[in-house]
Amino acid sequence: MKKILATQLKKRLTGVISLTLVAGLLLTGCGAAQTSQPAATTSSGNTSGNTIKVGILHSLSGTMAISEVSVKDAEMMAIDEINAAGGVLGKKIEPVVEDGASDWPTFAEKAKKLLQQDKVATVFGCWTSASRKAVLPVFEENNGLLWYPVQYEGMESSPNIFYTGAAPNQQIVPAVEWLFKNKGKKFFLLGSDYVFPRTANKIIKAQLKDLGGEVVDEEYTPLGFTDYSTIINKIKATKPDVVFNTLNGDSNVAFFKQLKDAGITSKDLTTLSVSVAEEEVRGIGAANMAGQLVSWNYYQTTDTPENKEFVKKYQAKYGADRVTDDPIEAAYDAVYLWAAAVKKAGSTDVDKVRQAAKGIEFQAPEGQVKIEGENQHLWKTVRIGEVAADGSIKEIWSTGKAVKPDPYLKSYPWAKGLSN
Amino acid sequence: MTEANVRNSRFDLRRLTKSKELLVFAFLILLLVFAPLFLSIFRVNLLGKFIAYAILAIGLDLIWGFTGILSLGHGVFFGLGAYCMAMYLKLEAAQGKLPDFMSWSGLESLPWFWKPFTNSALAIVMAILIPTGLAFVIGFFTFKNRIRGVYFSILSQALAIIFSVLFVGQQAYTGGTNGLTNYRSIMGFSLSSDTTKLTLYYISLALLVVTYLFCNFLVKRRIGRILVAIRDGENRVRFSGYNPATYKIFVYCLSAAIAGLAGAVFVPQVGIISPAEMGIVPSIEMVIWVAIGGRGTLIGAVIGAILVNALKSGISDSFPDVWSYFIGLAFVFVVLLMPQGIVGLVKEMARRFKQPPNHTEHLSTDKAA
Repeated sequence: MKKILATQLKKRLTGVISLTLVAGLLLTGCGAAQTSQPAATTSSGNTSGNTIKVGILHSLSGTMAISEVSVKDAEMMAIDEINAAGGVLGKKIEPVVEDGASDWPTFAEKAKKLLQQDKVATVFGCWTSASRKAVLPVFEENNGLLWYPVQYEGMESSPNIFYTGAAPNQQIVPAVEWLFKNKGKKFFLLGSDYVFPRTANKIIKAQLKDLGGEVVDEEYTPLGFTDYSTIINKIKATKPDVVFNTLNGDSNVAFFKQLKDAGITSKDLTTLSVSVAEEEVRGIGAANMAGQLVSWNYYQTTDTPENKEFVKKYQAKYGADRVTDDPIEAAYDAVYLWAAAVKKAGSTDVDKVRQAAKGIEFQAPEGQVKIEGENQHLWKTVRIGEVAADGSIKEIWSTGKAVKPDPYLKSYPWAKGLSN
Repeated sequence: MTEANVRNSRFDLRRLTKSKELLVFAFLILLLVFAPLFLSIFRVNLLGKFIAYAILAIGLDLIWGFTGILSLGHGVFFGLGAYCMAMYLKLEAAQGKLPDFMSWSGLESLPWFWKPFTNSALAIVMAILIPTGLAFVIGFFTFKNRIRGVYFSILSQALAIIFSVLFVGQQAYTGGTNGLTNYRSIMGFSLSSDTTKLTLYYISLALLVVTYLFCNFLVKRRIGRILVAIRDGENRVRFSGYNPATYKIFVYCLSAAIAGLAGAVFVPQVGIISPAEMGIVPSIEMVIWVAIGGRGTLIGAVIGAILVNALKSGISDSFPDVWSYFIGLAFVFVVLLMPQGIVGLVKEMARRFKQPPNHTEHLSTDKAA
């Protein structure tokens, strides 16, 4: 009898719990639908009211979250600073944060939501080229505005995107030139198997052919790949002067650890990485990477008064153990550049802002940057850095002045035929 | 009560529950038909995506819920259908030129297997035929060799890995990790116009109705009973003179065809397909939709797919930082407390409401008979 009672009680309890759960879930779902409903009815929501809505679209979950969360933090910090200084056009900036979840269709869905439902004035977001490619048609269809903060493979310039990271001629091309002059002619190309490394290596091969260099081998491994013993053997066998590394994410940790375990240090072999910044060096371990080279436009150690201030504020806000790096800085710049363009245009209207943005300059932590009107990329200084034993990166060479962005490499005769 | 009376009432009861399911489906469709009147075009577009998922879930339910074959690789069939449609859309957007990603990747001319996809009708047919063909080949070699249960599930998972790695690796032919995106128009109609979006929505809805009615028809025929019999005792079916392998191959092919169709419906509305969508995680998610809705009931699959995805989308909008925990918790709760899914829970509630608990036993023997 007791047993029967207990089972009955259990059954009833189960029923009650599951009912409340379903009801709760449904309510949240409806709530979400309802809260976003008013935005749909007020058509020009972005300029009416006391705030200007802007979208923040990064992966806050999934494999890319580790990189993108700190970029989101930098954008939020810039927004807070601008708001504290009185906002833009007398209004506060109100960020609407969405999670792209490291999934490209989700990026497209959230971009649509930000533009059509929330009617945001602009969006700061994306990291991977894949996510940018996924949202590009959405921004073009809805005439939205995206600020993309990461270096990439070039061969693109959408009127609806501003690119605040490096174009290939502001990172890859000068790095290859420098390596060729200072380190040697034989290059080993190693990358993750996706669009950025493949396109970057295509550019490098064309450039080396022109310079008279040699590619001894070209290897791609899937994203997340961790066993580099075969590749390290190939490196030993082909004896390159330089390994040009376009690996992404976790693979870098495995590669550099195994390289060190194989007894190869920076004294024996030069590697130059274009997807390893301060944040990644922490993950790889400074000891594994000491002496190796990287190429970016900004380092935490970059010596400008703006940067000292920037690093101080970032660490005060998010913790002294946090580091700043190139994409973080480029994302921070993007918010300021947009705000400056809005001020100049006197409106948040996309066409007016785009027009006003041409030629706008900003004293960024990396130094003076300027929006190139022709292709909506930034003029940036190129810097080659060396990883120090404490994990910081020291600049060993720089162009000294900002380089004009050339995403299609039009000014390089050898790059003919790369873009069409 | 006389013997005849009992049989009569039993018969009525069964018919009543059956028609109830149809009634619920009709009500759901009615809701979806009128939804565009109340929702913004963005939400309608989103709902269109959920409907594509619901179509897929019906096919998955057919093979898992009814036949008891757990396929953890349905993302592949969905993805293949989606890619077929995407290839057509990409070629239309390229307007006779080489698609953009091919020129980055160093191709000079269109590969031969892309050529048929300039034709929209052919692309749609391929979106269904290619997944069906693949399912036939795999089904033939596994089911004929009596590979089943967990071994089949593992095999289907391997399939998902193989295809996503293959599609990532062949960047010049498939667009790599980026997938295929940046379409302009479908059969000459601009994809950005609201009318096109609305039309696509209603086409998806119509396809959902057709798929549902067809599968509903199928499971009520003799073949439906054989499928259930295979689930409940495959050896007995074999000893009764049926060849389960033939039926399993058939249902696997059918559910792959439905998945391919769902993929073709998905792409023009979402605007992108990438290899990540055919990997293991989305494939498992698909199984979860069916589990939450209630497997073995077609309506459950439809409700599960739409509800789970609507919740995912809604919650992640409102709580971008922590939404994945909500969804995870919801899954755990559902699995622990509602093993038969939402439909199972509703049925259980209705039964308890009508009859005192000690009748339960009587009813369940009824069902078994």
